[in-house]
Amino acid sequence: MNNNQNTNPDISIHCESISKNYKKIEALKNISFEVERGEIFGIIGPDGAGKTTLFRILTTLILANNGTAKIDGFDVVKDYKEIRKRVGYMPGRFSLYQDLTVEENLNFFATVFNTTIEENYELVKDIYQQIEPFKKRRAGKLSGGMKQKLALSCALIHKPSVLFLDEPTTGVDPVSRKEFWGMLKKLKAQGITILVSTPYMDEASLCDRIALIQNGEFLTIDTPKSIVSQYENKLWAIQSDKMHKLLIDLRANEITKNCFAFGDKHHVSVENGKLIVDDLHEYLIKNGHKNIKIFEIEPTVEDCFMQLSQK
Amino acid sequence: MENIIQHNSAKVIIAENLTKKFGSFTAVDNISFEVERGEIFGFLGANGAGKTTAMRMLCGLSIPSAGKGLVANYDIKTQTELVKKNIGYMSQKFSLYDDLKVWENIELFGGIYGMKDKEIKQKTDELMKVLNFEDERDKLVGSLPLGFKQKLAFSVSIFHNPQVVFLDEPTGGVDPITRRQFWELIYDAATRGITVFVTTHYMDEAEYCDRVSIMVDGKIEALDSPKNLKKQLNAKNMDEVFQQLARKSTRKAD
Repeated sequence: MNNNQNTNPDISIHCESISKNYKKIEALKNISFEVERGEIFGIIGPDGAGKTTLFRILTTLILANNGTAKIDGFDVVKDYKEIRKRVGYMPGRFSLYQDLTVEENLNFFATVFNTTIEENYELVKDIYQQIEPFKKRRAGKLSGGMKQKLALSCALIHKPSVLFLDEPTTGVDPVSRKEFWGMLKKLKAQGITILVSTPYMDEASLCDRIALIQNGEFLTIDTPKSIVSQYENKLWAIQSDKMHKLLIDLRANEITKNCFAFGDKHHVSVENGKLIVDDLHEYLIKNGHKNIKIFEIEPTVEDCFMQLSQK
Repeated sequence: MENIIQHNSAKVIIAENLTKKFGSFTAVDNISFEVERGEIFGFLGANGAGKTTAMRMLCGLSIPSAGKGLVANYDIKTQTELVKKNIGYMSQKFSLYDDLKVWENIELFGGIYGMKDKEIKQKTDELMKVLNFEDERDKLVGSLPLGFKQKLAFSVSIFHNPQVVFLDEPTGGVDPITRRQFWELIYDAATRGITVFVTTHYMDEAEYCDRVSIMVDGKIEALDSPKNLKKQLNAKNMDEVFQQLARKSTRKAD
């Protein structure tokens, strides 16, 4: 164990005022947060928001310009060797050896960490078994979903205490994404702390806590539920037979704070008490809409992201 | 002329028993469908279902093993260069040259498609106004935020007024507001008569399409409007539709 003072054993990741510049570009601005042991913590935001830069700093691959960060109580600068032993990292781009087989890749990662596949097989079993039938295949010849499973197995094979997953589901179809989150839930049950980034807002609800990130800044840090409850204004879902025109007509209405397409509905943000269903209904009929439906709804994390990012 | 059908034909894409085999593996298995002029057609499927292979055939980049296809009235087996001239293409990965300025990218692509200098200049001015990009005109594309780039890339892909534009996951990783603005550009293009053929992993975007096809293991498992698909499968939204159909996959490769 380390002897650092003020180290709380229940905190896996401690990040304080981290900033990073690339020449004139501020990739990260004063980022602070903590992740508790056994939590699934999501960093949610679009490409270019600074997610990968943050992951690289926390996994000791690059240095921050300012601020401090600790993983399991170890400093990312001073104790980088200790951190590298105990974290698992799955980078956004496929990072395995394309010309080694599935089995050779896993064996390689185990050996680098002074362990064997057998020793930690239990931990990766659920995931690795799905690709084991192809263990003699070269990693470069695997399909996207299989590569993802192999990369996760390799990041886990040394039994890390903290797992860093940088956009593991980007470009992955909705069915495979659901499967992947199922695997994360199982890893959490084994006590592994998981920091995961994603551009998909619908994955937010699968995390214990999330940080919404845009342009190098956290917009908020909280549980998905609490973020949703802090949504300002009322949110309404509106449908009609002319959805494209509806968007334009709703935006032209003075009560609308903002209005965006949301699947087969439009979400309209309106100050409390300002929307009177009958009045709006009449307005839409006047503008030639039919089959109008207007109902109040609970915001999603995506609605909250849009509201916060416009501030 | 090599025209098979008149340009005013209502069908912009016709695929008939289109098949692509790689050795013993059938990536695209006998698919047939038609897309009408001005339609927004969503081409969905799980990773490895064969979407990219099918799209490459329709773009004249890969020759079908069997079956036939007409895109913008040209044969995708024998008239691949004419197919390429009459389509636009944009993907998340390849869009524009980072080390060229905004206007230089437009000039380059306009030139490649054989547009006249005067026309390029005039349309560039219009486009900068529409996109509210006048301040970005002289900036390097590499310095723009992703959302800007994708909007610009889409506008460049339809700059030569193609009959149909193929969009391969155009909004991946884009922030939620820009993603929606992007779809408003798609609507505008479709209103002007450009047919849109688009793949996406965002199921809310599937709802914005006029019709949607869902590929499973190289075959088209379902094809209809989002409304009808939801009704047929008794699903709340397109995500449920997708989950129900794509789970049928038996392809071990993915």
